[in-house]
Amino acid sequence: MKLPIYMDNHATTPVDPRVFKAMTPYFTDTFGNAASRNHSFGWVAEDAVEKARKQVAELIGANNKEIVFTSGATESNNLALKGVAEMYAEKGNHIITAATEHKAILDTCKRLEKEGCKVTYLPVETNGLVDLNKLRAAMTDKTILVSIMYANNEIGVLQPVAEISKIAKERGALFHTDATQAVGKVPVDVIKDGIDLASISAHKMYGPKGVGALYVRRRNPRVQVTAQMDGGGHERGMRSGTLNVPGIVGLGEACAIAKAEMSEEIKRMAYLRDKLKDRLLASLDEVYINGTMEHRLPNNLNISFAFVEGESLLMGINEIAVSSGSACTSATLEPSYVLKALGAGDDLAHSSIRFGLGRFNTEEEVDYVAAKVIDVVQKLRELSPLYEMHKEGIDLTKVQWTAH
Amino acid sequence: MAYSDKVLDHYNNPRNVGSFDKKDPNVGTGMVGAPECGDVMKLQVKVNPATGVIEDAKFKTFGCGSAIASSSLATEWLRGKTVDEALAIKNTDIVNELSLPPVKIHCSVLAEDAIKAAIDDYKKKSENVGVESKAHA
Repeated sequence: MKLPIYMDNHATTPVDPRVFKAMTPYFTDTFGNAASRNHSFGWVAEDAVEKARKQVAELIGANNKEIVFTSGATESNNLALKGVAEMYAEKGNHIITAATEHKAILDTCKRLEKEGCKVTYLPVETNGLVDLNKLRAAMTDKTILVSIMYANNEIGVLQPVAEISKIAKERGALFHTDATQAVGKVPVDVIKDGIDLASISAHKMYGPKGVGALYVRRRNPRVQVTAQMDGGGHERGMRSGTLNVPGIVGLGEACAIAKAEMSEEIKRMAYLRDKLKDRLLASLDEVYINGTMEHRLPNNLNISFAFVEGESLLMGINEIAVSSGSACTSATLEPSYVLKALGAGDDLAHSSIRFGLGRFNTEEEVDYVAAKVIDVVQKLRELSPLYEMHKEGIDLTKVQWTAH
Repeated sequence: MAYSDKVLDHYNNPRNVGSFDKKDPNVGTGMVGAPECGDVMKLQVKVNPATGVIEDAKFKTFGCGSAIASSSLATEWLRGKTVDEALAIKNTDIVNELSLPPVKIHCSVLAEDAIKAAIDDYKKKSENVGVESKAHA
């Protein structure tokens, strides 16, 4: 076993060596511009792009022509939301999303609000899921789009997308899902799930950074988005810019591997994740799992170790790469807004750790991580005045703190 | 973020971790911060009433590594100082000693607040003891 151990696979994943191998010729040998129509360099590049388009489409049950390549999920989310808002402006100006969405959705919505859109940010229940009745109640005749993520990037919970899309459709709205964390990890089917637009990223599924896709439905209904990037009219006019051929080849290969290996990988991830969870819960008291375990990515575990601050825990397990919802680890010095939205209280957000298992983690690594985390949590609790008070039977919620 | 060697040293080998009996008249306890802010420091001093010298100091901290290091360092500095000398410790002294980056300055402020709160508590207690003994005279 080699240190450090990488267990932050919701942030990014390593490129699978098979993906890397598929990409390499497109940097140097077959480097053509896929838009060059009059020589073999261009044709080879175009063939590679079209093969990748098919691989992406097949993973999510889509048609090739419904895949628009982008620079990643942030761009896909921007194109979906801004593109729909602009295209359907005459129909309405209301968008519904959720409080726990990624910033690429929330900040795009804030921008759209400035430009005259109305946005409803649905709260989530304590389990992290959207309440379908609240969604139903929020729908209006002006609602043009519902955008709810497939899987959450912090707590890994899987939203009931099929039900959500049904509710959106009843009122004639489109349904977009930020499927960045889900595609390649769990089965995503645009037909079964009733998805009209879906954002996809390569680097969350063992592909390269800087490439992604937006699925745009072509039938029942035919969805259109206004381009947000002007130029040569690539990608059927929806996204101009010379195609990132090696990146697209990598995304395609990553999708093909995910499709072939998903059922086995889900089992392996769930086994390792559950082993980690069970060991932590067996050895430590006052440990809380954030978000439902029932509807969840198989590789995600988000846990709060009460009375221990997240950054200090990361410092103690510095040979393990994970992330924390603690304010001290964020650029804004605010604790995770996702965990706050669960209503668990800021103190538990400060104490949270996100474990993101991945294809290349081993059981030996999981055993090491579990033992190390238990050791450091115990050590930090010896240092914690809160744990001491808790052990003395003091209710910490009743204490008059000197907030600063 | 990279931590300074001194922060790492205090984090890995925290000095004077523990608690004194809060009810001991010679012990002053300061508890500052709040769990929802992500840091709580408890700092205690044990004062020799005859000399006014802090003979021992202990801490427990819920917070980031820099908060732990700031309070650990504070207990080291407090031992052997008189109560008045202790009040002269400034958060900037802690910042300089531990090479804290700007985002961690609040940790040093919290440590200074904890020192002041602990000594304040001790002073209040000893004044009360004085009042009580006069009443008995």
